[in-house]
This record gives sequence, structure tokens and C-alpha cells, in this order.
Amino acid sequence: MMNETYILGIETSCDETAVAIIKNGRETISNVVASQIESHKRFGGVVPEIASRHHVEQITLVLEEAFKEAGLSWDDIDAIAVTEGPGLVGALLIGVNAAKALAFAKNKPLVGVHHIAGHIYANRLEEEFQFPLLALIVSGGHTELVLMRDHGQYEVIGETRDDAAGEAYDKVARMLSLPYPGGPHIDRLAAKGEENIEFPRAWLEEGSFDFSFSGLKSAVINKIHNAKQKGEPLKEEDIAASFQASVIDVLVTKTVKAAQQYHVKQVIVAGGVAANKGLRQELEAKFSETDIPLLIPPLRLCTDNAAMIAAAGTINFEQGKRSGLALNANPSLLLR
Amino acid sequence: MYILAIDTSNQALGVALLRDNELVGEIVTNIAKNHSIRLMPAVDYLMREVNITPEQLDKIVVAKGPGSYTGVRIGLTTAKTLAWSLNIPIVGVSSLEALAYRAKFSNAIICPFFDARRGLVYTGLYEIKDGNMVLVDKERNILFSEWLDHLVEKKKKVVFLSPDIEKHTELIQSKLEDYAEIPKMAYHIAKPSDLALAASDKEIDDTHTLTPNYLRLAEAEVNWIKTQKEKQNG
Ligand SMILES: [Zn+2]
Repeated sequence: MMNETYILGIETSCDETAVAIIKNGRETISNVVASQIESHKRFGGVVPEIASRHHVEQITLVLEEAFKEAGLSWDDIDAIAVTEGPGLVGALLIGVNAAKALAFAKNKPLVGVHHIAGHIYANRLEEEFQFPLLALIVSGGHTELVLMRDHGQYEVIGETRDDAAGEAYDKVARMLSLPYPGGPHIDRLAAKGEENIEFPRAWLEEGSFDFSFSGLKSAVINKIHNAKQKGEPLKEEDIAASFQASVIDVLVTKTVKAAQQYHVKQVIVAGGVAANKGLRQELEAKFSETDIPLLIPPLRLCTDNAAMIAAAGTINFEQGKRSGLALNANPSLLLR
Repeated sequence: MYILAIDTSNQALGVALLRDNELVGEIVTNIAKNHSIRLMPAVDYLMREVNITPEQLDKIVVAKGPGSYTGVRIGLTTAKTLAWSLNIPIVGVSSLEALAYRAKFSNAIICPFFDARRGLVYTGLYEIKDGNMVLVDKERNILFSEWLDHLVEKKKKVVFLSPDIEKHTELIQSKLEDYAEIPKMAYHIAKPSDLALAASDKEIDDTHTLTPNYLRLAEAEVNWIKTQKEKQNG
């Protein structure tokens, strides 16, 4: 008979205070997210100090809600998983210290989880993994291609050398005076616009799966500046469409190439930008031409949550990985 | 009744365990080292040393600031989560009040303070009245020189307590002269056992809503409020 494993997950790496309970790494028993987005909107972006202040106000409330929603007691919980990095250090510290207090008070094993591993494992809540597997992670802070040959094994084969795709979105959105967070607004505008401006695509050197978006970002900013100076009309929709086309072209092309080169059995997309409709459509179109199955999680699992941390933490737990009470937040934790 | 007291609000890390008003054990370090890494192992060590398990705890007391924002939050998060998961009451005590206890046998006015950079301090005034520590001038974030001018007017002895005392001794003495009393260095570090004693006559806090005593808005908020006002006036 298979034992049932219940893992409590905690995620506070940016601006969501989240707690979830996951059964056997795949079944969501409860998933509570307290978002701070409304509070940060007035500042035009996430303010780390404000984020930390909200986390400390929310953490026990969210914990309580997660238990209530699950209808479980502490006896049912096998371990506590928490995001130890990367992220905003002050924000991470709240989750890490709460997790340590729980592990101590309830005498439960503690497992530190990499935030990106969490984003990848969000997909396993929908479908079982097939290895080797390629994950494309695109979010406000990350643009990465990760190869997995087995559970809990991560090989970063490509990453951004400057800005994350999400950062470029936010910057362009600000240039177009769109409200924060800008990503969804650009996506919406792009759908109405025409791709009629030639923006650069950074392919980097032959065979590289790395990304670079700072050149594109500057090109878009210059275009808007020049047009303004000369008094030329520029359609926001077209800028959005042309910018997005450049980002998506590079992301999708490199993902397809990597998937073929490593003969993967599955490609999964993770991170907040995975919610982008334009990206989804293009990925679906390109992968339908191959025989590699593509997995894109539902929107609610794309943004930061704790279910994904508990899901990734389940693997760490099963593989015997443990963190001690001296676990610390690590804002620049590497995925490995 | 077993009480666990935690203070990571400033440089010193303090953990104490009391049985009612009796000290069972206490750990204090006064070094610049990471609170997040060291707090839980310190609690674990202390409780093992005195053979007390988490389930035996009856109350958590925590220093809620002012102090380092991050330090305050580490202590508060740990204390709140312990209290919530063990289902026991929590009491938050001002870090200034805890420090004031180091002069609890003094008849003078007690002025605990923490350096808040750029000439500012977090401070307030305490006094022992009928054996109880009483806040007599509210806690605030203020320019130290301005605060000292205010204290001179009282024409009374003031005991100054601060982990940053050395940096400010000269200014204190130049402004308050004979009214200033500055104890030896070791008295300027708060003791977590005092924290537990300070909590004994305080009401229980609501675990969920207990928040840090920052005494200051986040900088982004200050700027935001400023621009809102400018918009209104402009
Ligand atoms: Zn994320």
C-alpha cells in the first residue's frame, strides 16, 4: 500500500503570501494566496520593504486559512516546504522563519525549495512528468530553459544575460504609461495591433540557449522617444505587437530548438509570463508541428503560489533532502 | 507557566525561558551576525538544555521594535508562528521598554534609544512608578539633538540606555550636563528575561494582528504621500 504524503508549502518570495497543502505531490488539498498587488500598484512596482511588511501581517492568517480549507490537522502533515530563494530577501525571510518555527513547534522535517523548481512543479499538479523534460520559465525575474533528466534534477541550459522577459515587459509598459503590472496590458494591446516595426532579436552566438532582452528594451524606448521628438504618430498597439513579437519569436524558437536537440519527451511552460496569450498561442502553434507534447498550466498556477512549492518540496522530501533550523533566505539561490 | 521570550529587534539576539517570574535560562549575544540563521537554533538549544519541549510552553513574548526592520520581522514572524501553531497567547513588548528595564532600580527618568541613522533616534521616556515601568513620554522617531533639547527642559536626571551609546555620549553630555546619567556598557543591551517580565502585566495580543512597532513609515510610503500632497496643492 502506498503511503500518503501531505506537504505544507509556504511561499513569500515576492508580493504574494501563500500557503498550500499538497497530497502525494500532485493533488491540491488547499491553496491560499494573499496578493499584495493592490498595495504596490500606487508605487508602480513591488516595493521590497512594503512587501515584507505585508507578509508579516498575513503569514499566520494565510496558514490558518490553508488548514481550514484542507480540513486537516498537524498530525496529517509530513513535512514543511518553503521557498528559500531566489527572490526579495526581506520577503523570503518571512516564509523561511515561519517555516522554521513550524518545523520546531510541530517537530516536522523542513525542506527548502528553489522558487523556479516550484514553478516547474506547478505543472505536475496537472500532469505527470515524462523525462527528459524541458521547462521554459518566464516571469518578472526569470527567463530560463531548464532540462530535467529526472525528478529533482535541474540543468539550466539557457538563461538571461541581462533583463528577464518580464522586466522588459514592465519597462515598455511604463514607457507606454500602462498601469502596473504592465505585462497583461501589453498582451491585450498586442492582440489589437500590427507587427509593423522591426525590433531586434537577440539570438546570441550560434547554439546558445541564453537570452538577452536589454537591446530590445532600448530599441523600443528609442523608437518611442524619436517618434515623440519628431512628432510622428505611433500606435501603441503596434509597438506592443512588434515588441511582443520579438520576445515571443526568440523564446519560442530557442525552446523548440532545445527540445529537439535534447530529445525531450515533454515541454512545460512556467512562471507569470506563461499567462501571456500571445506566447501561449505561438508555443502551441510551433509545437503542434513537432511530436513533442507541450504543457502549459492553467493561469492560477502560473503566478506565484505555494501549491507549486509544496509540489516541488514533496520531491525533495521523498529524496531525503532536509534543511536544518539554520536555514536562511538566499536571494540568489542557484537551481541545481 | 513557561514563557519563551524572543528579541531580535536590534544587534543583540536574545532568547529567554521563564517559569512564571523565575528565570530558567537565557541566551544573549551582542555581535553583528545573522538573526535569521541563529534565532531558531538558539531557541532549540536553550529549550533542550533545560529539558522543555515546545508543547510545554504557555506563552510567547516578543520584542516588537523599534529597531532593524528586518530583525523585528524575524522575531515577530517566529514568535507569531510559534504562538499560532502551539495555540498559546502572545504578547508584543516595545523594544524600548525592554531596554528601559535595565535601569529598573533607578529613580531617574529612563531614556532608552536606538540609533535610526541620519541623526535620528527611536526613543521614548519611561519611569518607575509604584514599582511599575510606565511610559511617560510617547515613543517616536526624532532628531536626537531636538529630543535632547526637549529633555533639558525637564530639569531632571535622565538615565540613557542604548546599544549605540558610545556614538552619542558626547552630545548627551554637552546638552544635559549633570542631568545625564550613563551606566557602564553592559547595561545598554536589553535582556530577553526583562521582556518576559515586562509582558507579565500586559494584555494578550491577537496573534494575527500583532504587527511590528516600526515607529516610521516605509520610505516609499513617505514619498508617495508627499507626491499626493503636491498633486493636491499643485
Ligand atoms: Zn515566481
